[in-house]
Amino acid sequence: MTLSGASLLDQLSAVEESGFDAIQKARNPDMLEVARVHYLGRNGQLADAMALIADVPSNARREVGQRANAVKKGLTAALEQQAKSFTGNASEGVTVRDSTLPARTRWVGGVHPVTRVIDEICDIFADLGFSRVQGPEIESLWYNFSALNIPLDHPAADTMDTFYLDDEFVLRTHTSPMQARVMENHQPPVRVMVPGLAYRRDSFDPSHAPAFEQIEGLAVDEGVDFIEFRSAIRHFVHQFFGKSTESRFRPSFYPFTEPSAEVDVSCTVCGGSGCSTCKRTGWVTIMGSGMVDPAVFEAVGYDPERYTGYAFGMGPARIAMVRHGIPDMRLLYEGDMAFLEQFS
Amino acid sequence: MNISFNWIDELAGLDGELKSPRVLADRLTMIAAAVEKVETVGAGLDEIVAAKVLEVGPHPNADRLSICKIDRGDGLVLDVVCGAPVIVKGGLYPHIAPGGTLPGGFSIESRKIRGELSHGMLCSEVELELGRDKSGIMQLSDEINPGVSVANVLGFPDTRLTLDLNPNRVDLACHIGVAREVGHSNEIQERVFDGPTWSPKWKDGDSRAKGAGVTICVEMPDRCSRYMAAVVRGVRVGPSPPWLTGRLMAAGSRSINNVVDATNYILLERNQPLHAFDLTSLRRSQVSIRAARDGEKLTTLDGEERKLMGSATVIADSDRAVALAGVMGGLDTEVTTDTVDVLIECAAFDPKGVRETARVAGLSTDASYRFERGIDQYAQERALIRCVELVLAVAGGEADLEGVRVGIEPTPTEDLPLRIQRVNQVLGLELEDTDVDRALTPIGLATVHPDSTSPDLLSVDGTMRIQVPGWRTDITREIDLVEEVARRIGFEEFPEKERRFRPSVVPNDPTVEKAARVRRVLVSRGLFEARSLPFMPEEYRGNRQIVAVPNPLSEAESYLRASMVPVLLRRLEHNFARGNRDVRLFEIGTVFCDQQLSSTNETDIEGARVVESQRVGIVLTGGRYPEHWSQDLVDVDVWDVKGLAEEITEQLCGARLLAVHENDMSELDSLGTSWLDWPRFRAVKSGKTIGVAGRVVSSSVDAPPWAASVFGLEFELEAVEKRLPTSYYETSQYPAVQRDLSVTLPVEVEASSVEKALHDVTSDLLESVRLFDVYEGDELGKGRRALGWAFRFRASDRTLTDQDVESEMLRLSDALEEQFDARIRKS
Ligand SMILES: [Zn+2]
Repeated sequence: MTLSGASLLDQLSAVEESGFDAIQKARNPDMLEVARVHYLGRNGQLADAMALIADVPSNARREVGQRANAVKKGLTAALEQQAKSFTGNASEGVTVRDSTLPARTRWVGGVHPVTRVIDEICDIFADLGFSRVQGPEIESLWYNFSALNIPLDHPAADTMDTFYLDDEFVLRTHTSPMQARVMENHQPPVRVMVPGLAYRRDSFDPSHAPAFEQIEGLAVDEGVDFIEFRSAIRHFVHQFFGKSTESRFRPSFYPFTEPSAEVDVSCTVCGGSGCSTCKRTGWVTIMGSGMVDPAVFEAVGYDPERYTGYAFGMGPARIAMVRHGIPDMRLLYEGDMAFLEQFS
Repeated sequence: MNISFNWIDELAGLDGELKSPRVLADRLTMIAAAVEKVETVGAGLDEIVAAKVLEVGPHPNADRLSICKIDRGDGLVLDVVCGAPVIVKGGLYPHIAPGGTLPGGFSIESRKIRGELSHGMLCSEVELELGRDKSGIMQLSDEINPGVSVANVLGFPDTRLTLDLNPNRVDLACHIGVAREVGHSNEIQERVFDGPTWSPKWKDGDSRAKGAGVTICVEMPDRCSRYMAAVVRGVRVGPSPPWLTGRLMAAGSRSINNVVDATNYILLERNQPLHAFDLTSLRRSQVSIRAARDGEKLTTLDGEERKLMGSATVIADSDRAVALAGVMGGLDTEVTTDTVDVLIECAAFDPKGVRETARVAGLSTDASYRFERGIDQYAQERALIRCVELVLAVAGGEADLEGVRVGIEPTPTEDLPLRIQRVNQVLGLELEDTDVDRALTPIGLATVHPDSTSPDLLSVDGTMRIQVPGWRTDITREIDLVEEVARRIGFEEFPEKERRFRPSVVPNDPTVEKAARVRRVLVSRGLFEARSLPFMPEEYRGNRQIVAVPNPLSEAESYLRASMVPVLLRRLEHNFARGNRDVRLFEIGTVFCDQQLSSTNETDIEGARVVESQRVGIVLTGGRYPEHWSQDLVDVDVWDVKGLAEEITEQLCGARLLAVHENDMSELDSLGTSWLDWPRFRAVKSGKTIGVAGRVVSSSVDAPPWAASVFGLEFELEAVEKRLPTSYYETSQYPAVQRDLSVTLPVEVEASSVEKALHDVTSDLLESVRLFDVYEGDELGKGRRALGWAFRFRASDRTLTDQDVESEMLRLSDALEEQFDARIRKS
C-alpha cells in the first residue's frame, strides 16, 4: 500500500492544529497531560502519522519526515510553554516585585434573602417574648379553615385558591392553622412566630408564587388589647424598617380576627412620593392582622371572655423584594448564583 | 367598586376638606375600604358639543362610511363623515369641530376622508375617554339642545374612586353605603327625580300573587325569600338623559337605554339588584321562580347560550326560563327600543342559591356579587318604588297602581347587646356609652334607648343595645360591634402605650435551631442557600410512593417534592444555562412521603400514609476555589464531597459516614436516591440511614460539555443535634515524634479497615494517623498497591524516647503483616 506524500503532510498539519488548540485550552496539568498523551504519546496521533511515513514513496519521505519532526518540536515547545503557565513557574519572580497583582480569594456563601428577613422578624418579636415554632404543610380542612372561623362554603374561602389533596386535606393556604394547633396544646401566655411555606393555586408570575413563605404571629393572654397590638407592630416596624418609616393601620377583614387591620408602611423605595413598588400610593402593605376573633378561641377551647389576643401574617418574600428592590418574585426561587451572591 | 365623587357629594353633602376627592379617598382608606385609584372622568371635553344629525346619506366611495349633515345649534349645517354602523336621523351626538382637541390630545382638522370633506367628527365613548364601548357613536338624549356642552349636561368633570372592598362590607358597593361612612346615615340626600311618584296598592301572597295584570309564583321559597314586581306600561325606550348617562359612566358603568339604566342607577345608589323584563315577551304574563331543569337552555343578555342544571335557579314564564335568578337576564325578554311595557323585578335571592346558579352558568355579575354577600331585605320595597319613579321620569309611561309582593315579610332584626366593658377589654380604651353612641350612630347603628322617657340613658348595667340596620348583614355578634367602634374611632387615633407582657410558655421548635446550625456551617463552606418551589414532575417518582397534587398548575409541578437533590439539580441547570460553571447550592425544606426516621407529621391522604419531614439538600460542581493566576484550576471532586459529608454526619449529626460499595444498592432504594452514582456514601445513625452523598449520575443533569462533575448530598434535618458545650482537656507540653510507614497491600484491602486495625493495636501514645500516600504501579506486583501513613506520637507526661517510638512502630507493622498480608516497604 502506498500513500501520497501530500496527504500525509495534510494529516500532519491537522494533528499540529488540533494539538496546539488542545494544549492552549488546558487549564491545569491534568488536562495538559491528557493532551500530551493524545498527541505526543507513544500511541498518540503524531506517532500514528509517523508510522505511515514508511508507506510514502521514497522520494517524498525526506520532506514528510522533516515536517513530522517540525510538528513534534512545535507541539513539545507549546506543551512546555503551557506547563510553565501553571503553578510555581507562572508566579515565580513576579509575586514579590508586583504587589498589585490580584489577591487570592475563597468562595463565600450566603443565606437566602428571604431567610434573612424571616430571621430578623422572628428576632425582633423574640424581644417581645415570642417563641418560634413550625407546623405541617399538609393540613386538614378543620385547621386550615373551620378552626379559623372560615366556613367552607363562604366566599371568603374562595379568595384563597386551594390545592386540595383529597376531601379532607389541603396544602395549607396560610400559616394561620398553627394558631389553632398551638392554642390546643398550650394555655396562655402564648406568643409564637410561625414561619413556613403556604400554598395557593396562583400562577408563577412577577408578584405571585404557588408556594411562598409566610410568617404568622400570635399573642394571647389576659389583658392583651388593641393598644398593645398596635404598639407591638409599631415597635416591629421601627426595628425592621427604621425609625423614620411611617406606618398606618387601616380596616380590613379576616374571618379569624376582629377588629382586622392591614398595616402599611411608607414606601422605602420612594420615601412616600409614589413609585412602581408602591403602585404610586406611597404605601406598601406588609401585613394583615387583628385581634383574635372569639370564635377561634371557642374552637380551641379557650375562654373568649377571659383571654384576648392579636394575630398577624406577613409575606417575607414580598418584604425582601421591597427591601432590596427586587422587581420579580420569581428571581427569589431560581437559585441563580449571580443573584444569591448579591446578598452574601 | 367604582364610586363617583359627585354622586357621593350629592348624597352626603360633603363639606370642609372632604370636598377634595384626594382627601375623601384617604378618609375612606382609613375608615372603610382602601381606595386604589383616583381618576378624573370627563376632563378635556370643553370643545365637545351636542350636534343634531339632520340627514344621513351614503358615502360615494365607501360602503361602510356615511355622510351626515349636522346642526351644532349655530344655524350652520356641516358635513361629517362617519364610520359608525348606525346613526339615527334626528339623533344627538357629541361633535368636535375642526381645530379642537380630544381628551387624549389628538387634534382634529378638516380633512378629506375617501374624497369627501369631513368637518370634525362625531365621537364615541372611547374617543372621549369616557368608556370602553367602541361599537358606535355615543347617542345623547333627544331632550337636550344642539350646541350645549356635552361635559356640562353629563355632569362632568367628575372623579372616579376605585375601592377595594373588604369581603364583609358589601354595603359599601353602593353610593349610599359609601355616603354613610363620610356623612351621616340619617341625612342622606337622594336625588329628586323629575316625574310622578308611585304609591302602589300591594297585592300580597305567600308563594303566589296576582296583580298589575301579572301572576307571580315562587316555587322555591328557600332560594327566593321575597319577590316583588311592578309594571310600567307605555314607556319610550331610548337614550338616557345625560345626567343619568354621566352618573353611570363616572361609576364605571355603561349606559344601555333609559329603562335598563334606571335599574342600574338604583343598584349603584342603594345596592338592590333589579331587573326589567319586556312584559309582552313574558308568555301569559306569568313569572315563576323555580329550579332549572337539567339540560334546560337559556341565552343570557351577553348572547351566550347557557346549559343549566337543577341546582341553578331561574325565572320562568309559562313556557321557558327567561332569566338566571340573581345573576343575569335572558336575551328573549330583554328591554329593547321596541319595548312598550316593562315588568320590574326586585327580589331577595338566597346567597347560596345565587352562588350555585352563578357557578353553573360560569358567570359572575354585579347582581350575583351582591346577592352572594347579602342584600338589605328591609330596603327592597323602597328600591322598587324608587326604580319605578326613575323609569317614569326618564322613559315616561304609566305605572300600574298595583304592585305585587310574594313571600314573607322579613322579621325585624333583633338588637345586639354591647357591653362597654367588653369594648374596653378588647380595645384597651376607657370609653363610656356616650362615646360608643357617638361612634356608631352616624353609620346607622342606633342605640336603643332603654327608657323612652329619659333620652339620655344609653345603657343599663354597662350594656347597650344596638339596632343593626338591614344593610349591615355582616354584623351579627358583639365583637362585630366592637370592631365598628374601633373603626369609627380610627385605628390611627388609638394612643400608643407599651404594655407589660408575660413571655410565651411555648418552647422554641428545636428544628429552627437545627436549621440555623446547618446554615451556619454550609455558608461558611461557601454554599448559597436556595429556595425552590417544592413541586416536582412525575419522572422523579422512581419506585417510591409520592404525593400527587390533584389540581396542579403544570405537569412539572404535579407532585410534591419527595427529595431535595432532584429539585435542586433543576436550579443547577438554570445556572449552567447562564454559563455558570461553579455552583454551590443548598436548601432546607420539606419533603413529602419518603419514610425516613420517625417524623413529626403524618397524614392519611386517600388512605395512604403521608410523611412530612425536613431535609437538607446540597448540590456542588465546578472549581474547588476561585480561579487565581498563581494556581491551577482544580475542580471539586469526590474527596471534597466526602469531607463535607463527614463534617455534616459526624459533627452535626453525631453519626457515621460509610462508603457504599459499587454494587450495593439495597440501602439506597429506600431513600429514593435515583440520582446517586458511585462513589457514594451514606450516613448512619442508630442503625438508620439519615443521609447520602456522592456523585450525581450524569443522566440526572442536563450538563453542558464544559461542566465539571456534579455531586449531591441529602440528609434529614431531624438528625442534626443540638450543639453541646465541649469540655476542655489539657494539651501535652512535650514534643511529638513523627514516623512514616509505607506498606504494600492487596488492593482489596480498604484503607479504613487498616486504620481501624492500627487504632486497635496502638497505645494512647499514638496521637494521630494520617494517610499521606497512595501509589499503584506495576513494580509492586499484580493486585497490590502501596499506602503510606504518618504517625504522630506524644506522651502527656514526658518526652518520648526513640525506644518508646520504635516499639510502637513495631507493634503497628507486626499487626499489618499479620492481619493484611502487608509488606513493609523500606524507605
Ligand atoms: Zn414607592
